[in-house]
Amino acid sequence: MVAPAALRVVRCGGGTLHGARAVFSADSKQVGLRRGYLLCASGDFVKMYSVSTEETLRLLGGHGDLVTGIQLNPHNHMQLYSSSLDGSIKLWDFMDGITIKTFTVGSKLLALYALASSEDSVFVVIPKSGERDTFQLISVKLTKAPGQDLEAKELSVVLDGVDASPKRIAFGREGEYVASVKDVNLQVYFFKQKQLNRFSVSGAKTKSGNNQFTCVACHPTEDCIATGHADGKIRLWRNFYHKKEYTFSTLHWHHDTVMDLAFSVEGTNLLSGGVESVLVLWRNQSDRQKDFLPRLGSPIEYISMASDGTLCCTVHTDNRITIINSNLRFSRSIQGLIKSADVKTGLVVDPRTKALVLNGEPGHLQFYCLQSDQQLFSLDIVQRQYIHQAGLNQADLVKVAFSAQGKWLATVEEREEVTDPELQLKLWFYDEETQSFKLNTRINMPHEDHITDMCFRDMDELEDDSLILVTAGRDCVFKVWVMVEDTDPEAQQSVSWSCDFVGSYHNYQATNCCFSEDGSLLAVSFEETVTVWDSITWDLKCTFCHPPGKIRNICFGRLTCSKYLIGATDYGFLCCWNLLSCALEWSAHLNVLILQPDPLSEHIAAVSWLSKESSLFVFKPNEPRPIYIQRNLCREKIQLAAFVPRDEPEMIGSEKYLWLRRSQLFFLTDTQELMTLSTKSLEERLTPSSKQLAVEESLPVTPFSLLLGKHRRQQSQGDIDLGKVLVRNKHEQDSPAVKELLHTPAHVLPSASFLCPIFINSLLISKENKSAEEVADEVEMESEKTEDDSDEERDVTEMEQEDTSPTELLGEMTCKLSKSQEKELRKIRKMDYSWISAF
Amino acid sequence: MATYKPVVVQTFPKLGERITQDTVYWRGYKTPVQIKEFGAVTKIDFSPVSPYNYAVTASSRIHIYGRYSQEPIKTFSRFKDAAYCATYRDDGNLLVAGSEEGSIRLFDLSGRAPLRQFDGHTKAVHVVGFLSDKYRIFSGGDDYSSSLWDVPSATEIVSYNEHTDYVRCGCASKVNADVFITGSYDHTVKLFDARTKSSVMTIEHGQPVESVLLFPSGGLLVSAGGRYVKVWDVLKGGQLLVSLKNHHKTVTCLCLNSSGQRLLSGSLDRHVKIYSTTSYKVVHSFNYATSILSLALSPEDETIVVGMTNGVLNVKHRKPEERKERSEKKRQPAYRTYVKGRTYMPKQEDFCVSKPVKRVLRKYDKLLKSFQSSKALDAVLEPPIRLYTPEVTVAVMQELHRRGTLRSALAGRDEKQINLLLTFVARRVIEPRFTAVLVTVADMITDIYQPVVGQSAIVDRQFLRLQEAIGKEIDYQEELLEVLGMMDTLFATFTKKRATYLEENKSNGLTETIETNRNN
Repeated sequence: MVAPAALRVVRCGGGTLHGARAVFSADSKQVGLRRGYLLCASGDFVKMYSVSTEETLRLLGGHGDLVTGIQLNPHNHMQLYSSSLDGSIKLWDFMDGITIKTFTVGSKLLALYALASSEDSVFVVIPKSGERDTFQLISVKLTKAPGQDLEAKELSVVLDGVDASPKRIAFGREGEYVASVKDVNLQVYFFKQKQLNRFSVSGAKTKSGNNQFTCVACHPTEDCIATGHADGKIRLWRNFYHKKEYTFSTLHWHHDTVMDLAFSVEGTNLLSGGVESVLVLWRNQSDRQKDFLPRLGSPIEYISMASDGTLCCTVHTDNRITIINSNLRFSRSIQGLIKSADVKTGLVVDPRTKALVLNGEPGHLQFYCLQSDQQLFSLDIVQRQYIHQAGLNQADLVKVAFSAQGKWLATVEEREEVTDPELQLKLWFYDEETQSFKLNTRINMPHEDHITDMCFRDMDELEDDSLILVTAGRDCVFKVWVMVEDTDPEAQQSVSWSCDFVGSYHNYQATNCCFSEDGSLLAVSFEETVTVWDSITWDLKCTFCHPPGKIRNICFGRLTCSKYLIGATDYGFLCCWNLLSCALEWSAHLNVLILQPDPLSEHIAAVSWLSKESSLFVFKPNEPRPIYIQRNLCREKIQLAAFVPRDEPEMIGSEKYLWLRRSQLFFLTDTQELMTLSTKSLEERLTPSSKQLAVEESLPVTPFSLLLGKHRRQQSQGDIDLGKVLVRNKHEQDSPAVKELLHTPAHVLPSASFLCPIFINSLLISKENKSAEEVADEVEMESEKTEDDSDEERDVTEMEQEDTSPTELLGEMTCKLSKSQEKELRKIRKMDYSWISAF
Repeated sequence: MATYKPVVVQTFPKLGERITQDTVYWRGYKTPVQIKEFGAVTKIDFSPVSPYNYAVTASSRIHIYGRYSQEPIKTFSRFKDAAYCATYRDDGNLLVAGSEEGSIRLFDLSGRAPLRQFDGHTKAVHVVGFLSDKYRIFSGGDDYSSSLWDVPSATEIVSYNEHTDYVRCGCASKVNADVFITGSYDHTVKLFDARTKSSVMTIEHGQPVESVLLFPSGGLLVSAGGRYVKVWDVLKGGQLLVSLKNHHKTVTCLCLNSSGQRLLSGSLDRHVKIYSTTSYKVVHSFNYATSILSLALSPEDETIVVGMTNGVLNVKHRKPEERKERSEKKRQPAYRTYVKGRTYMPKQEDFCVSKPVKRVLRKYDKLLKSFQSSKALDAVLEPPIRLYTPEVTVAVMQELHRRGTLRSALAGRDEKQINLLLTFVARRVIEPRFTAVLVTVADMITDIYQPVVGQSAIVDRQFLRLQEAIGKEIDYQEELLEVLGMMDTLFATFTKKRATYLEENKSNGLTETIETNRNN
């Protein structure tokens, strides 16, 4: 059983990958095998991917702020330098995932460069003290003193007035000079001569466009600097030793900003990329010979080359990493949660794969696997060529709904037009044969104005013909769509969808719609009013209203609370109506942004936003008091939330977190970082198998290992026959002590005599039944916790009823009934409704 | 990595009649041949044996027509008054017919004079037919009786006087030689068994029965009378299976197609309706000039013959099936080279190299792929695309608009090209499916070419035509709106009245029945 640990917010995906250029690990050099790792800065972490399997192998965490630069240690290819906004440089052993050293610099570090020529110093960009928006390139001497945490004090300024972006500084051939660009100026500093040359291109705004520098790259063997410009030109500078007699040539293909440049290892080819999402290969730096790799999906942010030149990779603005062969062939892409401009679809859970479904690439729907942090697949909804050009309004996906079994998918796409929006409602059928969604019906202009909400009638047990789709639109109506069977037996499609009923209420805009759990009632909110309709006869049954303020969200209660309807209004009220008495049950003053019911339990999560912090409240509709409160969930504003059902109910020790038993709550923030509430940290969540893989993968495949592999496979088959043996093996593997022992590098392990008793103990099979003492301890802890909570978690302001029945609350946990009753009583005694005054 | 996605050409479902396999099948007839008869054609019967001649009964004559002959190949005209119901025997050698004077005559197809004459009916005999044993004849007359006759001896075997009105139609079972049915104007259909003295089953149709039909299996019975066609299950004791009301005048004749999958009914409302016998829905319908009295389909549905009240015989022959041998021939050599090794199944140790499938792009797609907007627009303004698939032209225009390059694609064109564009726009802008896009295009063209108005007579004329077309459409829409308004008022008053009417009836407990009637 898991000990009751504190619930904490854990990051599990998304965020920004483009803090810095990605770095290939050096052992991609291994002859004949293109195995290696790709290291990439992702938020506060450095992620390590396997190039061959696209898996996330390791997360190097330790920085307190965004990681801004990563570089392999030029003197040891198994080590990595990383810099962060928290002002520290860390040296990692990335194979084992441990920090070797931490150097504290003090001020924010914006970029990091490591050179082979400079023995023990690295270059970083820091803001100039005392001045805003001016930055300088400094070299930091990394002391070789013993100890892990060191202070780097020997700083010397190399260049003044550089740009903060890491793309705008590049070091030349063997570290002889450094080139830096800012606005329309290029500075080249020669280390040996201590000479600084400045060049500039003509005025910022010429007729042809913006002339500003955007990026710079230096030729690895010749004295040549390539610079990219905002108007799409690439300039190649030579002879920059002379202040006057320098020359440059221009390459022009990009129609928009050149985002990044990279020379191949030999320097014969130049790669450039930009908003067009086309990777351009310039051969011999000439304008005539160029190759293209078009349609990479999204604008290219960084280009980086492997040190052996066999691979190159592009990091895109939407967090995708594309790995490209040296002959400019697409090899593979590493994609986690794709960042889209605006997640309009909300977080939806695919009932079939339990994957999170949301906007992906423009016009696509991404299915994101939460367990492996990978994109399962991307479904093309719009099916049109996306033109990567600024200022075009292109069709995008705005609404998504799945039927209960995941058999049907409804999508709405729209294109903003000056006169009237272009809308399409598409219904997709899951084809078992091809294992993908197939377009069944396309409806042009389902509503005359934007569609605000859409839902299927969620009925698990009934057959297909009870399936109903409801769309609510700003054109003041909601429409009911039903499946129509084609009468003609020879027709290709047996079913299609058509409109069955159009409902409206006093010419108000329909904003939300929601079906009750049994599908008998439909709630549609029209601005300030919630209307409840019978889903068979489509009669208006009753209306609810809580003026002032428009309805923002509505949902029905589930299971034992199915008689309640919850609504959140614009003016910060959370209301609960009883559908049997048609009266307001209770209401609370809470500025609710998101209202998300758990599909498997009665619990409803509400996320509020006030005074620059998001708070989470979990409650049951039948009592006005929240079950769980988490203040200050994260720094960013939470945009969306979703409950994802767990495969198997998790054992949760603490009664307070019972609401997390059947499903897990995920959030998406403004910066598109995916977070969840968990008692475990992310490192624990990464499956140990992938770690194992990391070790095994680094071994080259020899004939002997192949032979051994065969042998092992046979053995494992033998194991399956002998079930018992397998179980015991598994048990050994699971033991944390053994895991620790096997996966910790030998040089950091303590002595064998120290480890021996732990190891022996871990082999013993523990008894399942706990002693009475332990249980008592646990209870004590719980009661302590409730006392702690009651300090901050008092109660709701306006309560219409106070009949809280703990029997309902606890369901199957009848053995603890008396204790919980006691607790309830204590809570009620301590009630003073003061927590709400914070708002 | 994504490949180029071709332009989506939106296809719109055609309004009105939907094309199904049935419509394709039933439309596959040539233009009809019209043959003028002497009077109303009351009966048409196909010979069951090749070459499928058919006997047409009209007035006092029976004409035998060959498959493609427009002149009768044989005529039986020894009737003093009208002849009725000339019917072939199963072997196609004998023909029997009733007559107005009450006698039934049996003809040999090779001779002229009747072989036998059966007297016994006191009034006109409108229905006669062979039983399936070939040696007996059943008949029904206006004297309310239905009789059974022995062919060799020309004597009456039995006479049933059970109907209470004229007997006007009948049919013999194909599976049982003793069973036949007759339908009468007394609204009933009776099933007789020659071995019993009275009718075996009586089915109440509800209207004077004009035509009856037994399915080849003998299990289902179809009766037509009034506006209804009803299907009964004989084996279940005459239970009503389905009642069809698709005609708005009396249904006069019924017929099954050769496969038994479709049921045809002809009516005085000038329509022939074709029903599917599985769903009993109308799958197709034919229109004729005048009221239809009789209808027959040749074996294999080769010919549809319809007789009408004004004595016109309408004959439709099926078109010969088209074969596309040519295109196949052309393809053969290439096919042969590619087919080599296609059936080879890769073994486990084989290393499979899949050849990328090369997608063929249309010309405009190729141009759009390389961002050549003007040329792409030129490509879709080529005559075949512009004239026959305007939706492609409009789709490309929309795509250009989406890319923001429509204006530059439209600009910089000479007189001839502007003329072409404006002709297209003026012609298609009124089609609802193109209106949204073409209005934008028209807007842009007027914007771009405003400065040169007046320099070319051709372009000016096109502009005027465009204006005219749009003006007309606006007038038309206004008129439609007016009509809609009128209808709204009518509907409003109508629903109000009905509501009050319903309330009055509520006390009588009749509401429910009215409700159900309304739903029907």
